[in-house]
Amino acid sequence: MTALLTVEGLTKAYPGVVANDDVSFAIAPGEVHALLGENGAGKSTLVKMIYGLVRPDAGRMRLRDTPYTPSEPRAARASGVAMVFQHFSLFDALDVAENIALGMENPPPQRQLARRIREVSEAYGLPLDPDRLVGELSAGERQRVEIIRCLLQDPKLLIMDEPTSVLTPQEVQILFETLRKLAAEGTAILYISHKLEEIRALCDNATILRLGKVVATCDPREKSAAELAEMMVGTKLTPPERESAAPGEVVLDVSGLSMKSANPFGTTLKNVHFRVRAGEVLGIGGVAGNGQDELLAALSGESRVEPDAIRLKGADVGQLGPNARRRLGLLCAPEERLGHAAAPDMSLTENAILTGVIREDLAARGFLRWGAAQGFARRIVERFDVRTPGVGHAARSLSGGNLQKFVIGREVLQRPEVLVVNQPTWGVDASAAAAIRQALLDLASTGTAVICISQDLDELMEISDQFAALNEGRLSAPRPARGLSIEEIGLMMGGAHDMEVADAI
Amino acid sequence: MIRLEKRPEPSRFWTAVTPVLAVLTTMIAGGVLFAMLGKDPLESIRTIFWDPLFNAQFADFARPQLLVKAGPLILIALGLSLGFRAGIWNIGAEGQYIAGAICGAGVALAFYPLDSWIVFPLMVLAGALGGWAWGMIPALLKIRFGTNEILVSLMLVYVAEQFLASMSLGLLRNPEGHGFPGSRNLQEYPAAANTEIIAGTGMHWGVMTAFLAVIAAYVLLNRHILGFHIRLAGQSPRAARFAGVSPPLLVAFCLGTSGALAGLAGLFEVAGPAGQISIDFNVGYGFTAIIVAFLGRLHPVGILLAGLLMALTYIGGELAQFMLGLPAAAIQAFQGMLLFFLLGFDVFSNYRVRRVTSEVA
Repeated sequence: MTALLTVEGLTKAYPGVVANDDVSFAIAPGEVHALLGENGAGKSTLVKMIYGLVRPDAGRMRLRDTPYTPSEPRAARASGVAMVFQHFSLFDALDVAENIALGMENPPPQRQLARRIREVSEAYGLPLDPDRLVGELSAGERQRVEIIRCLLQDPKLLIMDEPTSVLTPQEVQILFETLRKLAAEGTAILYISHKLEEIRALCDNATILRLGKVVATCDPREKSAAELAEMMVGTKLTPPERESAAPGEVVLDVSGLSMKSANPFGTTLKNVHFRVRAGEVLGIGGVAGNGQDELLAALSGESRVEPDAIRLKGADVGQLGPNARRRLGLLCAPEERLGHAAAPDMSLTENAILTGVIREDLAARGFLRWGAAQGFARRIVERFDVRTPGVGHAARSLSGGNLQKFVIGREVLQRPEVLVVNQPTWGVDASAAAAIRQALLDLASTGTAVICISQDLDELMEISDQFAALNEGRLSAPRPARGLSIEEIGLMMGGAHDMEVADAI
Repeated sequence: MIRLEKRPEPSRFWTAVTPVLAVLTTMIAGGVLFAMLGKDPLESIRTIFWDPLFNAQFADFARPQLLVKAGPLILIALGLSLGFRAGIWNIGAEGQYIAGAICGAGVALAFYPLDSWIVFPLMVLAGALGGWAWGMIPALLKIRFGTNEILVSLMLVYVAEQFLASMSLGLLRNPEGHGFPGSRNLQEYPAAANTEIIAGTGMHWGVMTAFLAVIAAYVLLNRHILGFHIRLAGQSPRAARFAGVSPPLLVAFCLGTSGALAGLAGLFEVAGPAGQISIDFNVGYGFTAIIVAFLGRLHPVGILLAGLLMALTYIGGELAQFMLGLPAAAIQAFQGMLLFFLLGFDVFSNYRVRRVTSEVA
């Protein structure tokens, strides 16, 4: 079979980093091709070049044996290349048909468009009502809007950037059915992910990128997940270990926690109950936007709730602010590193003061003890292997993984009674992620109760004793993590959110 | 093609060098402007920057004026800089300055002609309280109703000006003033006069207070947790809330403090150089202080230097108007250039300029 798209020697350098170095691969019609790599391996840059968002410094692309140099996404779409982004670009206040019309060059009249949407969505098993407001749709349904927007252009090559990060396992199955059907009709699919099992289940070929270079190509179905991971990371990864200790007393008792989100598009927490014992790790899963940020804000004290909704070692803390809770031993590490967990333009020393001032005694009668603060920052850097020339450097100059190690290390070193982390390894390279998970487990083994909110189910299964899932602001009853099947987890996360499965042909 | 590229960290070199570069560029561009107006550029620049300090003919008068003019600018700018650092924009220092002057002068006139050491300290207190109260109006409205402090504080300037006019025509008018608007001259009331601490230097109590405030602000911002929280709130409000900063308290502190300092500046002015409450008592220190705050990069020591530089351009500008016949508007444009170039060069501390030679398709 002749290739649909061939990429030869694509190179793109950004200041200080070569994002893509002499990358070549080919994709045939009807092929599902995986681009596999860690965060920062250059996957996004590569597909942005194919989609006309970024111009390569060197190299050539050929589409159907003719030179292909898209100058902008519009040109790429005209040549039959479509892309579904990881982050949706949809307007909540408009309905599905209006949103789709906004992305088209010459949108047909609304009624005709609505009919086309119905036809296409039914043909590919993606039922979608064109008249519904996007604001009312679940993440999986929003993704359908994006996919149908692409399908209406009848693409020859469909690029999907980390499409499953917003889906429950059941929703992933539905998506895969659709993609297989598209591939069977001859559409080539370029599938970007770092989730190995998905790639093994779906893809015919895989190109593995590491630090901007192609390190291997293979048939993912013939490799084990461990082999793929090794190729992706370049070293063998050891799964985190823990000494299992008998759980102690209940330290944190959350009961009947309800809270309206401070953000108008946020999720309201509805009657959340859970308990965590000393030395226990509670993993909280769920698709993004189901109340994770709100739960963290309620636990950290950034949002106040009913006093007895949160009890720390028997004391009501629901009404206390962040610093009063820190004094009692309840520490948090939010998801957003830059701008929430850390101030981007401040030095690491200053960022150490940010949450450490109370428990590390970094101020005397309000006056900062810079020496002590510097010492604390240095200890974090040393203990957690944070790569930085010095603690005087700004937080924004650190890579994501290093800053995350700093943020987690800052809380861990304060010997918390309870530590709440949200997405502790999001956007972090595999070795840093492994170090962070190990640090959380080590902390638990010293008797700290750890709550890990994450969208990475593999991560949660690896470290959790108990597992619960957030779905539309409600938390499922926690269950022992060992022995949970992927179907059970999916159901806890809200199942398929009532989406229908693609019809078999 | 030229492209700007964000630096991972602000460049220390450029942060230090931009003010100097901005002053030099202003001199060059200003010289061009003056040349186009048909004046000798070198002489104009010399008249503005050199003569007030070192020309024997003018220095005796101009040198003390430097401190007299810089004092209120520094005092007000310091207060403003605290808020600006926290992202709280008090644009109404002029109004707080007027409120402080009215309250301070009111106390003095209430005690007139009592001759006691207690009068001046009470005036200082009243001046600070007056400015504080005027600053707390936008603060409370912002906290309670979420109003925009920029608009409210600015509008309150015009309210304060009406008060000033009413006071100088009514309540505070000099009963022995033959019906002329304006209060008694406080310089003729020894217990209330803000006199020079060292004669012939222009160093009055207000300048002293400004210098002390520079030190206090430096300690606050660099050594105290409150200053840390102010900087944090300005840089990342979300991180500040995470660090336990209460936004309403911060708004109240910043607007209250800058109001109090502006009020003090007004009090020292009315009891000293101006001498009396009059309709045209305020001359725009509250607005110029905004420029001073930014010219000093919101840093206490920077503000001290910027205040002196700004005062110099005022005095030198007047001298140039008087000696060379330069229009007042040209002087204002010249002062504007200074801020323009400073902000322009500021780009280099956070960005790197790169020349992009060609785009490969």
